[in-house]
Order: sequence, then structure tokens, then C-alpha cells
Amino acid sequence: MTQPSATGAVGLKPHISVRNLNVYYGDQPALADVSVDIPDRKITAVLGPSGCGKTTFLRSLNRLVDSVDGVRVSGQVLVDDEDLFDPAAEVTHIRKKMGLLSQRPSPLPMSIYDNVAYGPRIHGQRDRAALDALVEHHLKLAGLWEEVRDRLRAPATSLSIGQQQRLCLARGLAVEPEIILADEPTSALDPVSSAHIEGKFRELRDRYTIVIVTHILRQARRLADYVIFMYMGRMVEHGPAAEIFDNPREKQTREYISGVIS
Amino acid sequence: MDHNSRLLKDRLIRRLILTLIVVVNVLIVGIVLALGARSWPVLEATPLGRLLFSTEWHPSDGRFGLLTFIVGTFAVTAGAVVLAAPPCLLAAVYLSEYAPRWVRALAAPLVDVLAGIPSVVYGLCGIILVVPWAGLSVLAAAVVLAVMIVPVLVHISVEVMKAVPRELREASLALGATRWETVKHVVLRKSRPGLFAAGVLATSRALGETMAVLMVVGCSVSIPRSPFDSAFPLPALFAAQYGEMFSQPRYEAALMASALVLLVIVLVFNITSQAILLRFARS
Amino acid sequence: MNRRAAEETFFKALMGISALAIVAALLGIVGTVLWKGLPTMNLDMVTKTPTGAFHLGGAGGVLNAIVGSLCLAGGATVVSACLALPIVMGLNVYSRRASRLVTFTRFSMDVLAGVPSIVFGAVGYILMRLLGLPASLLVGIIVVSLLILPIMIKAMDEMVRLVPAEMAEASAALGATRLETAFRVVARQALPGLATAVLIAFGRGVGDAASVLFTAGFNDRLPDSLGSEAATLPLMIFHQYNSPFPDVQNRAYASALILMVIILAVSVTARILTRRLSRHSIR
Repeated sequence: MTQPSATGAVGLKPHISVRNLNVYYGDQPALADVSVDIPDRKITAVLGPSGCGKTTFLRSLNRLVDSVDGVRVSGQVLVDDEDLFDPAAEVTHIRKKMGLLSQRPSPLPMSIYDNVAYGPRIHGQRDRAALDALVEHHLKLAGLWEEVRDRLRAPATSLSIGQQQRLCLARGLAVEPEIILADEPTSALDPVSSAHIEGKFRELRDRYTIVIVTHILRQARRLADYVIFMYMGRMVEHGPAAEIFDNPREKQTREYISGVIS
Repeated sequence: MDHNSRLLKDRLIRRLILTLIVVVNVLIVGIVLALGARSWPVLEATPLGRLLFSTEWHPSDGRFGLLTFIVGTFAVTAGAVVLAAPPCLLAAVYLSEYAPRWVRALAAPLVDVLAGIPSVVYGLCGIILVVPWAGLSVLAAAVVLAVMIVPVLVHISVEVMKAVPRELREASLALGATRWETVKHVVLRKSRPGLFAAGVLATSRALGETMAVLMVVGCSVSIPRSPFDSAFPLPALFAAQYGEMFSQPRYEAALMASALVLLVIVLVFNITSQAILLRFARS
Repeated sequence: MNRRAAEETFFKALMGISALAIVAALLGIVGTVLWKGLPTMNLDMVTKTPTGAFHLGGAGGVLNAIVGSLCLAGGATVVSACLALPIVMGLNVYSRRASRLVTFTRFSMDVLAGVPSIVFGAVGYILMRLLGLPASLLVGIIVVSLLILPIMIKAMDEMVRLVPAEMAEASAALGATRLETAFRVVARQALPGLATAVLIAFGRGVGDAASVLFTAGFNDRLPDSLGSEAATLPLMIFHQYNSPFPDVQNRAYASALILMVIILAVSVTARILTRRLSRHSIR
């Protein structure tokens, strides 16, 4: 791939490259001509007012967008130079590289243990001991192990909302992804649980490429290495966090960051 | 299991499922064709007009006019719908607009029980509760059928009325309308197509009901002149006469033709109501 | 009191009367079955098969019909479930690619569910003659599975549609194929609903007489293989009622009582099962 890298200027190696991405819901454009590179092993925050297309953007990155009826997509999303929207692409294989954390925790209807083991199992891990080890490892990684080690067989719904979100994180990590996609992952959580999740992200930032959609400006400031600002389905501006926050080039970004628009 | 075999399995099973879906869709066509093929000797020999609009039923001479039975079917069904519709509509209004939560919670299983009672049991109870004052007649069958279609009517009507947005009701109430006025002018008007569809669906159910009707309708081959006359609806004809199938060369074909006519009538009503409901759900 | 308030009161009273009339009908049916059925009910009824004189009022019971009904409906339920589950999963999981087929299938299942059971009986009879089979448990099972298949598909589909889309997405995001998502996550979440759907269909199968009137046969022994004839409770009731002997006629109500108890047990089981199985379900 010899196309010029959009983030080349700041010297970050891209992990996901989005090229001229357009998404329509019926005739309604949701994303218009978005091109951006998402840097490897950094936290990228996607910022913008509600309805600006940031969730659609995130759902394009693992192709969950086209599970909606009447969606049309054009453009490319390259993950390690493999185009996600290529009809020949094997989407389950690419999705395995990405963990998803949604707005509300979405535990699967099974036990805590089975939730974490679900991914490894469908990808072929059958060995009992290996699964036990995987579950323990990833629950530890998500900071949930100590709280659930005695009740791994309990239904996932018996956990608090904050614990459920960490369980979903562990579940996503268990398929050994390279990328974590998070869609306002703390919006349903109390402040303590939110801080917990944010802390986990900070611990994981060196090992994973993390893309987090958020409308909480301060959360983006706390976490982000790199920022994408979106407005009305367009990408207005992107760059290293310090640049965007301290020295935005575009008027809309400035207004958003100073709180004129929200 | 490696990645490729997983995907292969996925594709194979997907094919299989698609085939199954196509098969269940053509089932109805298969039913019509099977009945058509079996009744062909009679369909071929009897002009359609004579088959549907002649009252001459002389199996031994090979004359098969179904009018008596068609009239019987509609008489019984019309009676049932007329008897059941008003109370069911009112009960549905009560359940959807007035009833406290506990009544609603109690009503659902009760309606389910009513829906689950087998046809023969309705027939038996009709013998004890209805026939003594109505005789073996169209009226008796209509009363029994009326009770049998209560679950369909109430269930769909409640669902249709519940689908009316709360904002509409509130808008009407905020203008000072009483609850009943809101029901009359907003809820019922808005849900009219759905309620109509519920009636048509209940009609299609009543048209095909066999055992209970067979037990209380009297089964005489004559066109009923009053509600207290006995009649012989199509499903009862088929159920009661199947034993004679072998006696006459064309008799089986004639009975299959009666089943086909019944099916076509039911399908017309059923498809009409489903189409209305589908359009209603979309808007 | 002004006119508007009076109108409200009037219609509320009508609603109350309607609701009570429906409840009264239900109580009337249950009451009749109990009142007429209990006096002729005894242990022999449920533990013995008919002796030769049973049909003249002699000793014996209806165990053959009880077992026949359970085998028939049980077999048909298993067959239908094996077909309905993949179909419903296909409708819900592969829906995006072929949404027109899905809409059409839902429509045609509504239509198929409205086909009268006597028509299924007729088609079953044709099928039986075509295959050269005698009236038997096997043919009865085939016919009843056709009858309850659309009912089961509709009921299952309703339950599966309640599963939140996010849950399927969470599974897809982990790299699961649509199939894995369907059977490991969606089916699991919908399990209580699926069990209920199966039981609803079973209940319909147990209660139906018209479809097996000429396809399952009838005899006094317990069915011992798929090829043997099988008595069923609804048909037993129908034959007992048609008997010229008052003693036998009265027994119809005891048989009806047994049938009602079975159906009630099925619906209560459905409710308990729903509660028990939902341990892992997310509400």
C-alpha cells in the first residue's frame, strides 16, 4: 500500500487506515468521506456532539454497521492492509482482531466463566485447563478476578453494571485482539466504575490499539494520545491530543472544546 | 476446529436452513395442489357454477352441489362473529384502557386457557349449556363458535389498541376529553383497521372450525331458514362423511372438493386480515 | 351528572358486563366438565385400556387414548421443533440478506397457521393413500407436525425477536459466525421462550381431533410401534359422545376432564419452565 498516510506528518505508525468512508442509512448520509489513520498502540479518542456519526464510525471499524437494514457503505477500512469491506474479506476473522466494548455492558446469557471462554471456544480452544488459564488471565487483566473468583459459575447478570462492563472487557481481551473499540464505555457506569475502566485503558495502552468514542471532553483529555473530532457526519480535524486540545485549527473544534457547542 | 471448517459448516447449514425456509413457504401451495388433484374428477365433470351454487347433493347420481354447505358455513360463522364481536371489543377496550395491572395480569392466562380448550370439549359443553334451549341448530353452533373465537378477538384487539401511541391519548385527555371520549375518538379510530383485521381473522378461524360445530349443528342437508334450523357446514360435512368415501367412485373427489372450497374461502379471509394487519403494523 | 359522565359510566358498565360474560363462559366450560365429568371419573379411567364391553358401558378406561395422544403430540412436537428451530434462527440471524424472504415467510406462516385442521386431515389422508400407508401413529404424527409447525414457528419467532440486537452484536464482535451467534447466544437467551413455544404447540397437538380423524386410526390397545393404530383422547371423547348408550356418553365428560387436566398441566409447566430456565437470561 503506497497511499500517503494521513498521520504520516506526526510520525505515528498506522494500525487502521480509513479511506474515503461513506455510510448511508437509506438515503440519509451518516458518514461523509472520512479518511484517517488510527495509530498503532495508542489511545485514539473520537470526539464530537451526539449524532455526529462517531458511533457509526466506530461500528464501521469492525463492520457491525452493515448488520443494520438498508445501510450502504463505500470506501475502505484497512486493518493491517486488509480491506474490511472487500466482499471477499472474511469478516469473522478480522473481527477476532478487535474487542468491542459497548455503551451498556452486553453480557451474554451464560455464566461469568462462559462469557470469557466464549470467544476462545468458538475459535477452537477446547482444552479445559487452557480455558481455565485463559479465563483467569483475562479476568485479572480486566481487574475483575478477585471479585468473581469464587463464583465463576454464577450468571453474568448477577454482577453489578460496573463489573459487567469489566467482564465484557475481559471477554473482548480473551480473543486476543490487537485493537479495542469502545463506544462510550463508561456512560452507563457510576464514577467509581468509570475510573476503574479508565484505569484499565491506561494500563492496556502500550499493548493494544484503543479507539474510544466519547462525548466526555475531560475523559478524552485524561486518556487520549490522539484525537479525531467529528461534526455532522464529517471528520473536522484529527491530530495528537495536545495539538487538538491546546491549539485546534478549526473553528468548530475550538467551539466544541470551549463549550460553545456541545 | 480450524477457521476454514468453521466457515464451511456455517455455509452448509445456511444452505440447509434456506432450503427449509423455502419448503415451508411452498407448503401451502402443496396443500392446494394436493386437494386440487384429488378432487379433479369432480372439478372436471361439474361446472364451477353448479359446484358452488347448486343445492343438489345426490352423491349416488354423481351430482355434487355445495351451496347448502357453503350457506351453512357462512350462517354459523356470521352468527358467531355478530355474537362475539361487541363484547370482545368492549372487553378489549377495558383491558387496554381501563383495567388495573393485576386484572391485565390475570386476563392473559385466562384468555390463554380459553384458547387452549380443545374443540371437542367446546362441543361437549355446548351440548349441556346451549343445545337444551337452542336445539341442534345454527344458533347453537354460533354460540359455541362465538366463545371459541373470543381469544383471537380479545388478544389481537388489545394488541392493536396498545399500539396506539400514548402521546395521542394524552393529547386528547389534555384537551379535556373524558377517558371514554378519548377511546371513542382517538383509540378506536386509530386502531380501526387493526380491529377490522381482528374480526376478519376470527371469521377465518370460525369458518374452518370442525368438531365443536359438528356436535351441535344438527347436520341436516338443507339450507337453514332460521337460526333455529339445523345446518351442515363444510368442515362438518367432510368430518362426518369421510366414512362414505369408498362407497361412491366420485364421492371422495367431491369431499376433497368441499375441503378445497373451504380452504379457499378461509385463505381469502385470512390473507385479507394478515394484509391489513401488516399494513397497520407498518404505519 | 352531565351527559358526558353518564356516557362514560354507561360504557364502563357495558365493558364490565362483557368482561364478566367472557369469564362466565370460561367458568361455564370448566364447571360443566367438572360437574359432568367427576361422577364418572375413577382410577380405572386413567389406568386401564378398554375391555370389549367398554364401548357398551362395561369396565375399562381410556389409557389407550391418553398414551396415544401423548405419543402422537409428543412425536409431532419433536418433529416440528427440529424443523422450526433452524427456520426461526434463519429468519432472525440471516435476515439482512434476504429480508424480503423473511417478511414473506412470516406472512405465509400466519396464513398456514390459519388453515383449518380438517384441511390438514384431508391432506394427511391424501398423503397416506399416496404413500400406501395404513392409518397409523406415524401418519398421525406427520399430519399433526404439519398442523403445529406454523404455530411453533410463529411462537418461537416472537420470542427470538425479543432478544436484543446488542447481544448478537457482542457475539459477532468476538468473531463468531452468524450460526454460532444464533445457536450459542440467541437460542440460549430465548430458551425459556422457545420452551414455551414448544409446549404451546404440544398443547395444540394434544387437543386436535379433526386432523387425525382419518389418519391415526383408532383401537383399544396401547400403541406399540409407529405402525400401529393409535387412539387419541379427543377422538375418544367424540366417539363416546356419539354412542347410543347414556353411560358411555357420560364417560365423554370424564375423558374431557382428563384432556383438560393434561392441557392445563402443559400450560402450567410452560409457565414454571419459563421461570426456571431464565437463570442466565438477561432481562
